[in-house]
Amino acid sequence: MSIAMRGYPRADGRKGIRNVVAVAYLVECAHHVSREIVASARDGDVHLIGFPGCYPNAYAQQMMEKLCTHPNIGAVLLLSLGCESFNKFSLADIVEKSGRPVHTLTIQNDGGSLKTIKAGQAWVQEQLAVLRDAPTVPMAVEELIIGTVCGGSDGTSGLTGNPAVGRAFDTLVSAGATCIFEETGELIGCEEIMASRAITPELGNELRASVAKAAAYYATLGYGSFAPGNADGGLSTIEEKSMGAYAKSGSSPISGIVKPGTVPPRGGLYLMDVVPDGEVRYGFPNISDTAEIVELIASGSHMTLFVTGRGSVVGSAIAPVIKVCANPDTYRRMEDDMDVDAGRILEGAASLDEVGAEIFELIQSVAAGAQTKSEALGHREFILTYKSFEPAGPACLPS
Amino acid sequence: MTDPRLLLLSPEDNILVAREPIPAGESVVVGDHLVTLAARLDRGHKIARQAIGTGEKILKYGAPIGSATQSIAIGESVHIHNIKSDYTATHVIAKPVSEANS
Repeated sequence: MSIAMRGYPRADGRKGIRNVVAVAYLVECAHHVSREIVASARDGDVHLIGFPGCYPNAYAQQMMEKLCTHPNIGAVLLLSLGCESFNKFSLADIVEKSGRPVHTLTIQNDGGSLKTIKAGQAWVQEQLAVLRDAPTVPMAVEELIIGTVCGGSDGTSGLTGNPAVGRAFDTLVSAGATCIFEETGELIGCEEIMASRAITPELGNELRASVAKAAAYYATLGYGSFAPGNADGGLSTIEEKSMGAYAKSGSSPISGIVKPGTVPPRGGLYLMDVVPDGEVRYGFPNISDTAEIVELIASGSHMTLFVTGRGSVVGSAIAPVIKVCANPDTYRRMEDDMDVDAGRILEGAASLDEVGAEIFELIQSVAAGAQTKSEALGHREFILTYKSFEPAGPACLPS
Repeated sequence: MTDPRLLLLSPEDNILVAREPIPAGESVVVGDHLVTLAARLDRGHKIARQAIGTGEKILKYGAPIGSATQSIAIGESVHIHNIKSDYTATHVIAKPVSEANS
């Protein structure tokens, strides 16, 4: 079945499936003012994003640039306190050059909290009025970029939800779309089978190296990417969790490795390497699932497929999250939060192929404007912390 | 013929996964053996498909997911009490009784 999708055309040639006004705080000190601006526009697509740190960080700067020029973004309001080190000038310049309306408010210069909130609310209302009439154009499946994560995993995740997403990924990739899977820290133990799917031997080596980097990083920190709830749900080790998580990638050839913020150059299946390069700094690679979702969005994902067994409830700012529930008991308990009941595979009520096809269809409906459960509930989680990356080597993206 | 409530994910696996919860005391067929479950087996949890020796790899989806820290009898629960990661240790928190089995 084919669903008519329409997107918002952007100057860089990409198309958005939403038309969001982003309100971005550039240091924690501007967070409250930003939140008050967003809270006054609950009925519109006005999303709060930001970076809390006062010290400069090239990764955070680049992430904010990529997020503020994401195809789902229609306009950007930047909130500065005034003395932070985030480079608001270059961010505003990049957003402006992307053809989007952008406005910067600096609380120290604009009269303090109350006056800045009022000015921000007025600017957001002006933008919403303009965006309401924004034109759309037809959009094809091959123009979609789809990310996937899993969170709150249990022993069912790798049996139902993850392989069903893998089936949907296979369909998307064969239709020319771009798919991104991630969390090298949750691919520990899968490196050899993953490397065998690389389109070049050199890329295979890079895939192995990315997992080895993750294993070393987590070993230094003393904990793997494994929460107590994973064990309650029947998972015993990081390798077991990894094998289940790996199933999300489906069976297509792996075309490359991208780092957060890099948009894959063409259709195909890509691994996102989320673990920082160099010595261990700034703590855990991703402090929660939301950090991974934000990185997938920064690499251009129009939406994220989130597989959960224990029952995550998160959505995201900027791009919709489709919740695929792997465990039938969790689905019955938390149906209001779940878009897909993949657990019924365990009860013999559907096959992996059927649920994979359902996910593929739902992706098109959501791209065509249907709200996901987390969107309707107002879930717009966002987090951005310190990291550091080096540029990916040439073998990571074979031409 | 193994109990249909238990999934064999790959032919070389030495564990089976519960498709649904199985109460303690129930007898289940595992290959040629009839075993009685000492404790409730929750959905998504594992039991040994064969006897597994200390240090032996646990195979699930045909891939190693860790090593046995003690010998495990056929039909016995396979989890964090008797297997360990070959990469990073598994971290759990002690729970009050009211939260147990959640």
